[in-house]
Amino acid sequence: MAQKIVIDPVTRIEGHAKITVHLDENGQVAEARFHVVEFRGFEKFCEGRPLWEMAGLTARICGICPVSHLLCSAKTGDAILAVTIPPAAEKLRRMMNLGQIVQSHALSFFHLSGPDLFLGFDSDPQKRHVFGLIDADPDFARRGIRLRQFGQEIIEVLGGRKIHPSWAVPGGVREPLSEAGRQHIKDRLPEAKQSTLIAIDRFKKLYEKFHEEAMSFGEFPSLFFGLVGADGGWEHYGGQLRFVNSDGEIVADWLDPADYREFIGEVIQSDSYLKSPYYKPMGFPEGVYRVGPLARLNICSHMGTPMADQELKEFRYRFHGTVTSSFLYHYARLIEILCAIEKIEEMIDDPELRHGLLRAQAGINQLEGVGVSEAPRGTLIHHYEVDKDGIIRRMNMIIATGHNNLAMNKTMTQIAKHYIKDPTSVPEGVLNRLEGGIRAYDPCLSCSTHAIGQMPMIVQLLDRDGTLLDEVRRDS
Amino acid sequence: MGRVRFATLWLGGCSGCHMSFLDLDEFLIDLAELVEVVYSPIVDFKDYPENVDVALVEGAVCNEENLEIIKKVRQNTKVLISFGDCAVTGNVSAIRNVIPMSVQSVLQRSYLDNGDLNAALPVAEGIVPRLLDKVVPVHDVVPVDIFLPGCPPSAPRIKDVLVQLLETGAVEGRPDLIKFG
Repeated sequence: MAQKIVIDPVTRIEGHAKITVHLDENGQVAEARFHVVEFRGFEKFCEGRPLWEMAGLTARICGICPVSHLLCSAKTGDAILAVTIPPAAEKLRRMMNLGQIVQSHALSFFHLSGPDLFLGFDSDPQKRHVFGLIDADPDFARRGIRLRQFGQEIIEVLGGRKIHPSWAVPGGVREPLSEAGRQHIKDRLPEAKQSTLIAIDRFKKLYEKFHEEAMSFGEFPSLFFGLVGADGGWEHYGGQLRFVNSDGEIVADWLDPADYREFIGEVIQSDSYLKSPYYKPMGFPEGVYRVGPLARLNICSHMGTPMADQELKEFRYRFHGTVTSSFLYHYARLIEILCAIEKIEEMIDDPELRHGLLRAQAGINQLEGVGVSEAPRGTLIHHYEVDKDGIIRRMNMIIATGHNNLAMNKTMTQIAKHYIKDPTSVPEGVLNRLEGGIRAYDPCLSCSTHAIGQMPMIVQLLDRDGTLLDEVRRDS
Repeated sequence: MGRVRFATLWLGGCSGCHMSFLDLDEFLIDLAELVEVVYSPIVDFKDYPENVDVALVEGAVCNEENLEIIKKVRQNTKVLISFGDCAVTGNVSAIRNVIPMSVQSVLQRSYLDNGDLNAALPVAEGIVPRLLDKVVPVHDVVPVDIFLPGCPPSAPRIKDVLVQLLETGAVEGRPDLIKFG
């Protein structure tokens, strides 16, 4: 008889979600699905409000990466104002985004996935969390906490607060880098870099233990999508969009974000508040693609900083070119932290950050604008239509985690098929691997449905007709 | 006396309040000595336990699942803290309340108008929780003991409240703690 397993809530992810595992009539895993269960409706309630509010308001989509929305919204505003922002403003926006990449990736690696990686997927669920990691390895946990703090402090130094700064605006930014801020960041750079190198080293040594996970946590061919710089290098703020396939071939290049509707379609699935974007020329579901750290490393020619370039070379050598296992998002995330720190190091003494022009002034010059930036977890697109007074008439947003929805579902099915041998007794460690497969993507569900909060997780066992047979929640 | 049984909960909000809680940074290490975290998005316990001493509740009550869990939390918690502006006033999560037929229209825009293939509303019964007609703050549904506003409340303010609570069992209502936005 066919069945389904439910994990609810999915924990240690940034949002509210469930996982269901569907069994076929022989009691074997047919597929597994990931459901996002929260929704707030930003695309509708922003209508009728002024463009100038959007940076601050859309930042409230997500407390983990508010800076992504802040910057993407400001860039959309730049397009509507039809201005080129001053060079100092672009550098400052870049610096804040780098700070955010550091803090968000550190959160994912140390606080959320660290317990699985360093305590073990099968370790005691009572202790498998950041406080357990603090107990087991206080020095390493402290390094992780301080690395996240470093990223948050860059945001605070520039924007006046760590979460939801009102700093980037259409046309530029409001404040430069202060001298005290410059000094503070500079003083903390060496420790941040050292902690990152230690984490990279630890992950490489640990990796040998995780071959099975690497082969089953989303190991499949797909497209990879994101921004690359004019020279094809790693990019997080400007540049153009590129799709690359699993053989490393460029499928589409120099795509203008304003044309996103031509290459990205969105399909609705009735069992989730998260929509599923796909690459339109290949259709649904063949057009599955991935975004985020792994994708950014796969699509770029180089990182652009010495140590991160060395790490990228090794990464590609180890995994033979284009890296197709989603388990390796963790590794890619660490290389990106290193790159971000090196880039901050390179720019920190630039006098323009303290004295340059900050803001281009203009009124409404275009009635439509599209902005794009790389959030820590992938490409973020904002699209606004306004009237001549700058009141929002229509809004659409495609969020990083959404791009990965099809890939996350494929990953769930792969893990369930690989690890669930006997659906009548599924060990806790296997349920945790399903969640771990989701955590690898570091999904931000608040963002992705413009709604989400806590990520609880259930695994439900469903029969072929969708009847609930069993529900597994891990109890305390 | 055993460690204080501590929980955090995330309803309809952006998680910014939880991120601000994580901004306690190294104080988290000290906190781990004083409290036992028995439920939170950052730990793996799937059910809200009994006899919780202190709970921080982020977010507004937006859907049927939020409604169900907040009642359970109230029943099993001594001190419930309404944590951040969404929990205290509804804030951004409640902006949709002013739209006529808000549930239908927010869903319609996102899933029917802005979807290409298979445009339909997510309705899977038992999987995707239904949205409430009106988003409400936490105290609209259950009694709240302490209000800690802010979007989000900054880490020093969170620390101040937690330390007072852990040391004296109460929180003094100082004006500087009442700060929105």
